[in-house]
Amino acid sequence: MKITEQEVRYVAALAHLELGPDEIRRMTHELDQILAYMDRLRELDTENVEPMAQVLFPGSENATLREDEPRAPLPHEEALANAPAAGAGQFKVPRVIER
Amino acid sequence: MDLRTATIGSIRSALARREASAREIAQEALRIAREENPKTNACLTLAEERALAAAARVDEALARGEDPGPLAGVPVAVKDIIVTRGLRTTCGSRLLAEFVPPYDATAVERLEAAGALVIAKTNLDEFAMGSSNENSAFGPVRNPVAPDRVPGGSSGGSAAAVAQGIAVAALGSDTGGSIRQPASFCGVAGLSPTYGRVSRYGLVAFASSLDRIGPLARTVRDAAQLLEAIAGRDERDSTSAFAPVPDYEAAMSGDVRGLRLGLPREYFEGLAGGTAAQMEKARALLASLGCELREISLPHTPWAVPCYYIIATAEASSNLARYDGVRYTWRAPDAGTLAEMYAKTRGQGFGAECKRRIMLGTYVLSAGYYDAYYLKAQKVRTLITRDFLAAFEQVDAILAPVSPFPAFRLGEKLDDPLQMYLSDIFTITASLAGLPAISVPCGRTPEGLPVGLQLIAPHFGEPLLFRIGDAFERAGGGSL
Repeated sequence: MKITEQEVRYVAALAHLELGPDEIRRMTHELDQILAYMDRLRELDTENVEPMAQVLFPGSENATLREDEPRAPLPHEEALANAPAAGAGQFKVPRVIER
Repeated sequence: MDLRTATIGSIRSALARREASAREIAQEALRIAREENPKTNACLTLAEERALAAAARVDEALARGEDPGPLAGVPVAVKDIIVTRGLRTTCGSRLLAEFVPPYDATAVERLEAAGALVIAKTNLDEFAMGSSNENSAFGPVRNPVAPDRVPGGSSGGSAAAVAQGIAVAALGSDTGGSIRQPASFCGVAGLSPTYGRVSRYGLVAFASSLDRIGPLARTVRDAAQLLEAIAGRDERDSTSAFAPVPDYEAAMSGDVRGLRLGLPREYFEGLAGGTAAQMEKARALLASLGCELREISLPHTPWAVPCYYIIATAEASSNLARYDGVRYTWRAPDAGTLAEMYAKTRGQGFGAECKRRIMLGTYVLSAGYYDAYYLKAQKVRTLITRDFLAAFEQVDAILAPVSPFPAFRLGEKLDDPLQMYLSDIFTITASLAGLPAISVPCGRTPEGLPVGLQLIAPHFGEPLLFRIGDAFERAGGGSL
């Protein structure tokens, strides 16, 4: 076994993902198979290989910095238009601190 | 002119000869969309108002004697993971069923500036995660060529809309093959450009080091024209490339004599469903056009699937963290605390495949596993990229199938995620290396299913892909 139900519950908590008991069982089985397959990477010797975090081209420019000039931002109302709950110009969420 | 088979060129000449106005074209395209869409579920939203407004701008420009732009009056569909201001953008997810973006993606802005008419947003696998379009919260898409089969994914709706006659061309996104594979399954042309060639601004992120926007079209020439309109540096995407956008049209000379094409032996193993026979015909046709074909090897191909699914899910788990019930429309109704709200919103909002990938990605990034999985995969990504760079010392471009098999039946692979992942084997390699790759129609199997020929070029080698693809198409490659 690559992964247990207990580990699946732990990872789901890390990901803020509520999974039902059936989902946990099924996920454990599927992740177990997939992770076993992913272990094939161990067959390769990568001792002196640099990790590739992004695509870089030979001779590509990196002049991606621009002048820090003020610009009009997205208006407040538009930014909040898709919020499930908003008020007083803010996103509203369930109370975090008890009075 | 029949819009169901029209090309950008035929629309341009119809407008020039005043045979049709842009308004008439928009109305006809919308009529076709309403009639055709129930057969496949390719489109999630029709953009009637927006298309008619764009058409009015084209007609006004023509009336004033001005140039209405290179894509004037061309009905295009946009994958519903590319944001459109004021037009619902769902990402195929229940979580975003009501999401109305406050801005346009750069690619959409550029299409419309070139005169194109955005007529529809197309169906997709949820957050572009899938190879069959069966992971959409709004139901699967049927392949217009064979309705009991999948159109491929994740840009299944875009490919189907072009094949079916709804849109003349479409935008898709490709992370591991999501433009090329549906293009091949539906029998249209589809290009995944060099990473950074097209701005990702406004493309809802799946795996940021792999995601690209690209065109699907009825001909290679049309795909080239669409790319020319959307490509180029955009300061709103710091990974967009500075390289100037060449004249793709000029590249399509029809002459491919002397070009060296490499056939990687790892890509011709285990082909099924008539794919090998079509590849053999393609090879013979290209040889008759004067290409020099030779066998090559990309030795790290067998490790590409695990490498890709570690990197892509790791990035996805980070990118999808933002859907927590705070900013984007949907929140689970029954949560007491903030933590419960996050977990319930995500648990109830995401479909099975997204959850699987969030879990995998979170796992491979978690303490104790990072080095064994994520870092290891990044190193293997280097090896896969080196394979290509070495191959391009010997050949100008690489020729391979897009998929090991043609379109499969709806439901056939749905219960076996690993089998579904393995179907991406021939497309994810170029994705990992950031290389441009195109799928060009390569005839049909005896069952009548389209097969796609894949051409892969060095970084920024799109002109070469268009040159070979167009010559192949003109020589009858599409009806082999």
